[in-house]
Amino acid sequence: MPPKIQIISILICIFLVAYVFELVRRKHLSEEYSMGWLVTGTSMLALSVSEGLLKWVSELVGATLFTSTLFFFGLLFLMVICLHFSIRISALTNQVRKLTQSIGILDLEKKTLERQIRQSNWQIDSSNLEQL
Amino acid sequence: MKVLSYQVPQSSLKQTVILENDEFENTFIKKPLKSYPKTLIIIPAYNEEKNIGAVLEMIQQKVPGIPILVINDGSSDTTESVARSHGANVISLPYNSGYGVALQTGFIFAARKNFAIVIQMDSDGQHDPKSVKNLIEEVQKDGVDVVIGSRFLESGSYKSSFARRAGIFIFAKIASIICGQKVTDPTSGFQALKGRAIHFAASDHYPPDYPDADFIILMHRHGLKVKEIPVTMHASPDKESMHHGHKTIYYIFKMFLSIFVTVLRNVSKR
Repeated sequence: MPPKIQIISILICIFLVAYVFELVRRKHLSEEYSMGWLVTGTSMLALSVSEGLLKWVSELVGATLFTSTLFFFGLLFLMVICLHFSIRISALTNQVRKLTQSIGILDLEKKTLERQIRQSNWQIDSSNLEQL
Repeated sequence: MKVLSYQVPQSSLKQTVILENDEFENTFIKKPLKSYPKTLIIIPAYNEEKNIGAVLEMIQQKVPGIPILVINDGSSDTTESVARSHGANVISLPYNSGYGVALQTGFIFAARKNFAIVIQMDSDGQHDPKSVKNLIEEVQKDGVDVVIGSRFLESGSYKSSFARRAGIFIFAKIASIICGQKVTDPTSGFQALKGRAIHFAASDHYPPDYPDADFIILMHRHGLKVKEIPVTMHASPDKESMHHGHKTIYYIFKMFLSIFVTVLRNVSKR
């Protein structure tokens, strides 16, 4: 592998891993989502540092160029991460839908109750509010 | 959290501050119907201020006394206040969530409040309320869980584009083959559901974007009896109704995929 691309690749991987750690430390990224990025970063780092490993893997997947092995695995990891996101987004969409429906129903129930309370001439005045 | 404790004045508040479920229902249904079991009409509406008032009036004329629940799907116009001023109960979703989500909100509400029969209608005046009676009578019969009002069983005034009719025709055929019974109008949003079917529609089985042929197949697979009766439908006055506004290619893709996985799922369960 040309030394130039090797150095660039190592630097990018180190930066990625360090940045992910920093994001987790600042709580900008949850542990769950950092997993994929850390696995990607360290694997790519291992491939970039060790030429023996890269050669072995290249022969395993039948790549003629070492750099294409790097690209291949980089893409593969990204695909896995994207799929993971799609699954999570689907779950989140589902949860948001249920929340939306619950809020709508609760709101109607609340308004109905308020109307009943108003009809019974009970005023929510400041003395009552303080107890809430 | 601090427990809520009201200082209730001596007045007649005992019954209203803490409401039992039944009491809530009694106030929700203003005029209980004697001739029909507990029935609710649900109407999802999105920016329908022009049509919803007339639709509600028509329903109250043709089938008076049935409570109406409008699910305002995050409209940006005055749909909510128009519906309320016409005597409907309104659930307002905080933002536009789509036809299926709005409709299912109605089913969840009906399931929680133990309604025996739910009629679903569109808010654009496409569905003629005079058919509601037929739907209710039909769904009350034994061995029927869902009654679908079909616009194709009798020659009505319904007109639509060729592409749309072709799409309905293809998915109706697929649904007919899988269910082993004639299905002519799977896209119809004019339906009556009873008992178990209401709880099924309120469950996670319900397709989140919009129910169609796939849901009919799903209901059939879960042992719910679906029946079609002819109803009168008018072409929508100024636009295609909500769930038809989807992009055609996505619609076709979604339906095929949905029917495919529905069939797969049930095969693997056996």
